[in-house]
Amino acid sequence: MGMKETNEAGLIARILGGERELFHELIRPYERMVYLTLFSIVKNEADAEDGAQEAVISVFRNLKSFRGEAKFSTWLTMIAINEGRKRLRKAKSAAEESIEEEAEEHEGDYTPAPLTDWREIPLERLERKEIREALRRAVKELPGIYRQVFTLRDLEELNVEETAQALGLSANVVKVRLHRARILLQKRLVPFLKTTAPARRGFFGRAS
Amino acid sequence: MKLECKHVWEHISEYIDKSVDFQLREEIERHLEHCEICSAILDSTRNILVLTADERTFELPVGYSSRLHERLKEEIEKAKQVPPGDGQG
Repeated sequence: MGMKETNEAGLIARILGGERELFHELIRPYERMVYLTLFSIVKNEADAEDGAQEAVISVFRNLKSFRGEAKFSTWLTMIAINEGRKRLRKAKSAAEESIEEEAEEHEGDYTPAPLTDWREIPLERLERKEIREALRRAVKELPGIYRQVFTLRDLEELNVEETAQALGLSANVVKVRLHRARILLQKRLVPFLKTTAPARRGFFGRAS
Repeated sequence: MKLECKHVWEHISEYIDKSVDFQLREEIERHLEHCEICSAILDSTRNILVLTADERTFELPVGYSSRLHERLKEEIEKAKQVPPGDGQG
């Protein structure tokens, strides 16, 4: 058990003992995570924020049922996922249409896009706002089952086991979905990552 | 045994996560040494992950944190009306 978990366990014990204000401190490192988890499901800023608030309140109210079988962060993520799914169901039945199919397998081509004339991307290119914008859009447009795994793994940086536990999936399914999510994003982002600089060959005048 | 590009692509995500076994890892690395296409695919995928983890890419709504803690404060005040261990939920 790391330092963080020890501190957390101590904080939780004190909160349950009556020092409720300490909950602010407990939740602060995870605020971003809760929001991103919600956003990966509801895909709408206002709804994600409302949902994040509800999830955090729910964590506060149910703190005494946290038994420490999972890490606190995983437990918290599960609550956030539940809140998101609840909202999605509500939105769906309100609209009476299937917004997003949650099929297990998506037909598609999961081979990455080759890049020609590739040189390592100059850092300043990665700094450009349009790439960030394109990435945000591409993530938003991923099929839900891929976006959720991608968000937990690559955005929130949970490991495979934690992601599997939070989403109720097997580790293997997490790996497959993550792979597909990354490949789909690579394909979408390639046009933005291509450099206009001359290819390696010829850059120094001739092929080596 | 020589690895084909397609085979490398199938394992690219696990390779990035360092979860391929030693032998496959060696084979992939040997392939990458001479294959510019796969190297470029690997680099571009890695770059996307770097960008993803960069907090500036996925920002929170302005004021999100303060609104959250404001809401929490109200909730904590409410909970105080009830002695510990006696509340709902």
